[in-house]
Amino acid sequence: MREATLPAAVRPAVSTSHRSWARFLRRRTAVAGGIITAVFLSVMVLGIWITPYPPGATDYNATLQPPSAAHPAGTDDFGRDILSRLIVGTRYSLGMGLGAVTLGAAIGAAWGVGCAFYGGAFDNISMRIADILFAFPGILLAIAIIAILGPGLTNVVLAVGFFSVPTFARLTRGPALAAMAQEYVQAARAIGAGSTRIMFRHLLPTSLPPIIVYFTLRIGTAILTAAALSFLGLGVQPPTPEWGAMLASGRLFINVSPQLVVAPGVAISLAVLGFNLLGDGIRDALDPRLRT
Amino acid sequence: MIKYLGRRLWQMIPILFGVSLGAFAFIHAIPGDPARLLAGPDATIEDVRAVQSRLGLDRPLIIQYVYFVRNAFVGDFGRSYRSGAPVREVVATHFLPTAELSVTAVGLAVVVGMGVGILQAIRRNTVPDYISTVLSVTGVSTPSFFLGLLLIYVFSVDVRWFPTGGMGGVRHLVLPAITLAAASAAVIARFTRSSLLEVLGEDFVRTARAKGVSKRRVLVRHSLRNALIPVVTLVGLEFGFLLGGAIVVETVFSWPGLGWLLIQSIGFRDYPVLTAEILLFSLQFLAINLIVDILYTALDPRVVYA
Repeated sequence: MREATLPAAVRPAVSTSHRSWARFLRRRTAVAGGIITAVFLSVMVLGIWITPYPPGATDYNATLQPPSAAHPAGTDDFGRDILSRLIVGTRYSLGMGLGAVTLGAAIGAAWGVGCAFYGGAFDNISMRIADILFAFPGILLAIAIIAILGPGLTNVVLAVGFFSVPTFARLTRGPALAAMAQEYVQAARAIGAGSTRIMFRHLLPTSLPPIIVYFTLRIGTAILTAAALSFLGLGVQPPTPEWGAMLASGRLFINVSPQLVVAPGVAISLAVLGFNLLGDGIRDALDPRLRT
Repeated sequence: MIKYLGRRLWQMIPILFGVSLGAFAFIHAIPGDPARLLAGPDATIEDVRAVQSRLGLDRPLIIQYVYFVRNAFVGDFGRSYRSGAPVREVVATHFLPTAELSVTAVGLAVVVGMGVGILQAIRRNTVPDYISTVLSVTGVSTPSFFLGLLLIYVFSVDVRWFPTGGMGGVRHLVLPAITLAAASAAVIARFTRSSLLEVLGEDFVRTARAKGVSKRRVLVRHSLRNALIPVVTLVGLEFGFLLGGAIVVETVFSWPGLGWLLIQSIGFRDYPVLTAEILLFSLQFLAINLIVDILYTALDPRVVYA
């Protein structure tokens, strides 16, 4: 079937996406969040190419140096350049957060759409399972999963991703359920569209706004949780320059070289701040009613 | 009300069932055979078998689950692998410190959060409002372990006002409580501000002002009461969130609570203690949610549960 296009006169003068974009740009905090996020993502992609020193290179003549022109964030107990390690660590810390939320969103959205489409017992049982998952505080669930799977990067992504699944499922299910009653879904079925096509072409798009909003807002929490797990020794292990792990090993030197704690701490806070401001902005732009 | 309470408790049964199933699955998903762990590294196959039958691990899974639930009901989770003491005692000794810390933190978060939020709403778009907004956005984004270490650096290492960790008098409680409360206080402040602003724009507030009710009375009697209802739900949610946050904060400050115990138990693969803790944490979480719903009726006569 060809896509139908409206004649120009019928089309609204300003599209909804245009209006959302304008609303987004009007909020300075949202734009600031977008810029912070963009900087962090660029650093994540460029990573190893922009570090002033090789991140693993040790210099035992320059251990625990305070910040200076040669080492803008100082050096750690092995004489490694902290800034270089932070830059490379972006890939781990942001990567885990992004990976976890993407995983949670993918599974949750598929599950939620399935609930709306199949309904009945599947929907009922699914939502009860979601209730049970909600009964556990997120970080506890993540710790329990790590206790079973063991520490490590992949397991942190799985653990942190897992506890956003029920929320994504709920967010997807609501609008999809409403769409099920719409005529266009019946029409699609009447012309012989298969279940998968209806679920992912016709139902899922109606749930996209809440999914996008929650996705961005969730990344900050996911980065925090992943860093917390590494800090507790349950996530990425040293000498990997993950921020939470760097902070944990730096705490031993807090009274002589506070930069070992301050530098990764500021990196985490700033990255989370960026994603939170961006998420708030996107929420207000896409759906002003969700505003709190 | 009693009918509602009964129904809520009734509804909790399938959730509790699921939670118990989850905890039971947790024990069996753990890599390694607990009997082998208990019997020790030099045990013969006969020794392991003996431990298995003593623990009932050689019986069908369903029977094991029934025993697990029955024992859980009376708080019997076996003995800690690490200390050999009954799990119930181990968990009980670490319960009070967590209660002390989290209740203090919730109190602090509520007082500071609501106070700041109310002030922000009254003095909307002034410098204090902007500063508070920036602070609360930063508060939500700062990881508790970072904030905790910063506080230790400033107040324990530098000026030595408070101890770096451990439990003792009130002085030991100050830094961990502030650390744990910070993020929640920020969320509560933001929410209180927007909730109160919304109510202040309502018709009945304008009417009250128009008929000459004093400013103070409009705020306290007419606006706050309505504005705080949604805040109560949030406080409940934050309490649950705090229980999770306590795991991290207790580790930073070596506070001997349940969270600290949890991390220690993972390190020692002390699975009986872990299982009991997971159940306990979930029960607390469920209980808090129930209490919040009940408080809701007390605060808002319009909400009637049938």
